[in-house]
Amino acid sequence: MKLLITNGYIIDPTQGINAGKDLLIEDGRVVGFADRGGGAPEDTEVFDATGLVVAPGFIDLHVHLREPGQEYKETIETGAAAAVAGGWTSVCAMPNTDPINDNPAVTQFIIERAARAGLANVFPVGAITKGSSGTELAEMGEMKRAGIVAVTDDGRPVPSAGMMRRAMEYARGFDLTVMDHCEDRSLAAGGVMHEGEWSLRLGLRGIPALAEEIDAMRNCALAELTGARVHLAHISTIGALEAVRRAKSHGLQVTCEVMPHHWSLTDEAVEGYDTNTKMNPPLRSRAHVEAVFEALRDGTIDAIATDHAPHHADEKALEYDHAPFGITGLETGVGLALDRLVHPGIISLERLVELCAVNPARIFNLADRGTLRRGAWGDVTILDPDLDWTFDASHSKSKCRNTPFSGWTMQGAAVATIVGGRIVYRRERVTDPDGAPI
Amino acid sequence: MNNRSDPISTQVEEDDATVPGTPGRRTKPGLARKHLLGIRELSAKEITYLLDTAETFRDISQREIKKVPALRGRTVINLFFEPSTRTRTSFEIAGKRLSADVINISAATSSVTKGETLLDTGHNLEAMGPDLIVIRHPSAGAPHSLARICNAAIINAGDGAHEHPTQALLDALTIRHHKGHVEGLRVAIIGDILHSRVARSNIHLLTKLGAHVTLAGPGTLVPADFAALISAGDAVPGDFGPGSLRLAAKVEEAVEGVDVVMVLRIQRERQGTAFFPSLREYAVHYGLNRERLKRAAPDAIVMHPGPMNRGIEISSDVADGSHSLILDQVANGLAVRMAVLYIFAGGSSTIGATARAEL
Repeated sequence: MKLLITNGYIIDPTQGINAGKDLLIEDGRVVGFADRGGGAPEDTEVFDATGLVVAPGFIDLHVHLREPGQEYKETIETGAAAAVAGGWTSVCAMPNTDPINDNPAVTQFIIERAARAGLANVFPVGAITKGSSGTELAEMGEMKRAGIVAVTDDGRPVPSAGMMRRAMEYARGFDLTVMDHCEDRSLAAGGVMHEGEWSLRLGLRGIPALAEEIDAMRNCALAELTGARVHLAHISTIGALEAVRRAKSHGLQVTCEVMPHHWSLTDEAVEGYDTNTKMNPPLRSRAHVEAVFEALRDGTIDAIATDHAPHHADEKALEYDHAPFGITGLETGVGLALDRLVHPGIISLERLVELCAVNPARIFNLADRGTLRRGAWGDVTILDPDLDWTFDASHSKSKCRNTPFSGWTMQGAAVATIVGGRIVYRRERVTDPDGAPI
Repeated sequence: MNNRSDPISTQVEEDDATVPGTPGRRTKPGLARKHLLGIRELSAKEITYLLDTAETFRDISQREIKKVPALRGRTVINLFFEPSTRTRTSFEIAGKRLSADVINISAATSSVTKGETLLDTGHNLEAMGPDLIVIRHPSAGAPHSLARICNAAIINAGDGAHEHPTQALLDALTIRHHKGHVEGLRVAIIGDILHSRVARSNIHLLTKLGAHVTLAGPGTLVPADFAALISAGDAVPGDFGPGSLRLAAKVEEAVEGVDVVMVLRIQRERQGTAFFPSLREYAVHYGLNRERLKRAAPDAIVMHPGPMNRGIEISSDVADGSHSLILDQVANGLAVRMAVLYIFAGGSSTIGATARAEL
């Protein structure tokens, strides 16, 4: 089976390519580039990418697919459908399912379900501790053998520095990246939004930036002590970015990711008490958003991830205090990046590809991904950076609609998603603005 | 503002006024909003209109026959998810004096305990067609959720630590009565600012009317960010000079020379964790006693939203002393709530005329 992507503009930072070329994929792997207009070999499907950007497949390091256990929120199949509709060829599934992915049986289940769905690649991330309870190490070695690509207790951060030290030391032996949700719970205690003038004004309990910062500093210090590969999830604060910047300057193997909502909205959006503005880490103040822009510019931030966290409408219909944290994000992330980072000139298209494909593959050791080198997996994200479109959550492929971005108009979108040489999503321009899976 | 027409308003003569300064004297409604969710979004003009209207209702409560038919045929639901005696009773009496049908629902007796959500409760009440829903709820923003789904006008009677607009209005009415104005006054608010919806509503109202507000209390209960509370997003042009807001390190400093001292209740029910070591220490270092009150202006007035913890945030001699207006506040609360119910039930100029005629 062959696929030729013709007339596109290739951006592959791993090979320093920024040029109009044709790309040939055969039997799921990249064969190589050809000059435009070379014609298609026999038995080849042709994708005309005229006016479009062709990039290595985007990898979302941070999604919640809810299966097993919370299939009323999302399944691996619906989550994967949302992923490819948003331009993500691969997603990394957080372990806070029910049961928690803290053993190889759950890992295998997720991999089998993903294979059956046959849309995006789904890479399970295992728990650091059994039941993510923060007390006993989970079977990282067995889970790695079953297919996990990293470990984290996301949503329930490892509270004790001693436990985290042991986890980092142990994970090193399996070359697993330790990903941590940075949050000091004693500081965050009971908070539902960013602590600042808006939390005071709205009478909501605040989560201070320091809750994230102090834990990020701890994790950087532990990375230095243990030599582990440490990835800080959903960073949103000045101090945490500063900690990462410092760790990098000291040569530590510390990386971090940011979420589109943390550069698209501020804590002021909570006014009106829309529970679709409630997530953890919370929407921050303008100064923190500026710090995110700066860290995207200067290279401190390694990856863009969505923290796609579907919740049922009934759950989000509760009082702000009681609604769960989290918003969906798979279908809006790339649009928000193009619209609010690339078009205003904060980052280049090439840097976007690094943030969404090249670096994520490196951070979680995903072999032969994040690149269009010969022999790499034929995962390709095709962008139309200039497409004007409006996101309508009611047409979302996710089971849930908990997003603050419904009705937002953006310039730029992923218009086709190719996984293993197979076109799994294609947005029909003009005629079908919502796109349709093929 | 409700735009429903009132069938009885057309039958009334406009020039039948016997009481000066009644709401009907205004040719335009003073508020361009349907719900009373907070003070922050109100303009100084709107606040003044509410206070002026409340003045007229004060007079009604002084009469022998305290009932007027202004809201005859209207239904007011008091939906209380938190224990409250003062505010609920005040709204109930206010509604009854205006001849509204008043129904009280408290969370303990509603289906809330069976797991019904606030929105389902709202939809169910809405199906019964009330004109006004007065809601008190432990979560900030609960009235806003109801306002999104209800046709009834929603009156916030206190939502979490967010706002308690009628309390601020009655405090302002009390101040106006004793000082003649709010503009230019120096006001100290003492105590648990962090958890206080009364403090937030008062800060907004007093500064919008041009007062200079100083906050003081334990560092755990008076976060420094409060100084920015009125700076962003609140620029509502008013008729008054600019108010101001600052934090004082000590209660003594905050009350120095002030015209008004507002003492806040220590809300033990809202303090999940300890914010100060003991009630005894609080009383000694932060309570308003006669000694501290001496630092205020000689004609300073003392207010407390109630219920008081005597001997903790306020000493009994101050609470019962000559500076104290605590019981005036309660009386004014009734007038304010009558005004609020009246206006938000659709008290347009024509309905105002109705009330005026019937007064």
